[in-house]
Amino acid sequence: MNPFAYSRPASLADTVNELAGSSRSRIIAGGTNLIDLMKENVERPAQLIDINRLPFSTIDELPDGGLRLGALVTNADTAYHPLVEQRYPLLSQTILAGASPQLRNMATNGGNLFQRTRCYYFYDTSMPCNKRAATNNGPGGCAAYGGYNRIHAILGTTDDTNGQSSCVATYPSDMAVALTALDAVVQVTGPNGDRSIPMADFHRLPGAEPWRDNTTQPGEVVTAIDLPTRGFPDHYTYIKVRDRSSYAFALVSVAVGLEMDGDVVRDARIALGGVAHKPWRKSEAEQLLIGKTLSPETIRPVADALLAGARGYGHNDFKIELAHRAIIRAVLKSGLDNGAVE
Amino acid sequence: MLTETLPVANAPDALPATRPIELTINGKKRQFRLAPWTTLLDALREYANLTGTKKGCDHGQCGACTVLIDGKRVNACLTLAVMHEDHTITTIEGLADSATGQFHPLQQAFIDHDAFQCGYCTPGQICSAVGMLNEGKVENKADQIRELMSGNLCRCGAYPHIVDAIQEVMNKDR
Repeated sequence: MNPFAYSRPASLADTVNELAGSSRSRIIAGGTNLIDLMKENVERPAQLIDINRLPFSTIDELPDGGLRLGALVTNADTAYHPLVEQRYPLLSQTILAGASPQLRNMATNGGNLFQRTRCYYFYDTSMPCNKRAATNNGPGGCAAYGGYNRIHAILGTTDDTNGQSSCVATYPSDMAVALTALDAVVQVTGPNGDRSIPMADFHRLPGAEPWRDNTTQPGEVVTAIDLPTRGFPDHYTYIKVRDRSSYAFALVSVAVGLEMDGDVVRDARIALGGVAHKPWRKSEAEQLLIGKTLSPETIRPVADALLAGARGYGHNDFKIELAHRAIIRAVLKSGLDNGAVE
Repeated sequence: MLTETLPVANAPDALPATRPIELTINGKKRQFRLAPWTTLLDALREYANLTGTKKGCDHGQCGACTVLIDGKRVNACLTLAVMHEDHTITTIEGLADSATGQFHPLQQAFIDHDAFQCGYCTPGQICSAVGMLNEGKVENKADQIRELMSGNLCRCGAYPHIVDAIQEVMNKDR
């Protein structure tokens, strides 16, 4: 780990000032991803700004019936919070499908949004990577594009032929997949004041700037994640397909929330994890389910629409069929019984 | 942002000095001088001379470094000592009854059930089990215990006996 300066600002304003003052500063909250990346020399901050004493560690009800999750509440405390368990069991179950109990006790809600990809070439500073090359940390290019890409993306990738901005990395979070399905809104404060970013717009596709994981601006700090009223507590499922049954990242995951009118679907949310640079959701696919009864035949076109344009890069070709089947199974399960994690 | 981070320029202007840090470990306040990049794990092992907490992977994947912070189990390798000045840290050395020297029930159960072979993961396993029981989310069922202990790897494969030891303690607590 490279040496760095450490500060503990007394207020959010001081935090924003310190963060905006240097592109080599990083915020530390739980630290579970950042410290790991620093040990690998992937992240080399000159300064760590410890925000753990700022007042963002509560979960509060919003006037409109929603719930505000403080950025510093741990993943464990969020998953086991009575109001989250009651109203947003999809989120609770999804969080518990990720990481280990020790990590969930440290990792925070805000930090979860800033997780970096688990692409093994990103972690290896001797390998070409357009995410790292942008900070002069290793050669440019994308080693995963023509390399061993079993865990990599099948949707929304950048694969230009000269490799200058190629990126087939996935965003690894489970929690964010549920947050996306639930239409959560991220609250940030920055040098220009406060703003709200819908989850769908928080993370981004690699495009021509694969080094940018999300749409926050320099100096912006996440203070909370707001959950809207509708939590789909009656019909939900999170299916996570992985190489071992616990403590592994998703190859493909599916978060589903349904509202049913008897046997008929009244509203549907479907978000995918492990397949793209951001949680993957398409409202036109969800629309295909409205007014339908649930069967593999009615769900298949939905899966087709959600996965339209998917392509494999060799080792990850299997993900397309795997995702297709996981979507059908997750939607069926949500409608028939109240699905827990598999 | 894209131009200023050459490796040489990436070093801080001056090496930050070590700073005085007070940590509460196993009920005692202790003073250290530590650099901010000292992990809690290194602080415990190299500065506090509490080598019961083990360094396995040093990346949060094996659980050998599990300790309790304010009663909650965490990976000591993925957190900095400087972040825990206002917390209470408990390591494997702090689990036995300090007055009588009697083992914590989980320590005794691990011995009784032969819940280890080489023993390297054992302090982390026991601290993790203590944390799991503190959390109160586990029922006395083997599959639930396995899931909630999945952050602790045992390369000798003592898992069946580890689950037995934990179940025995849970049975006694009833």
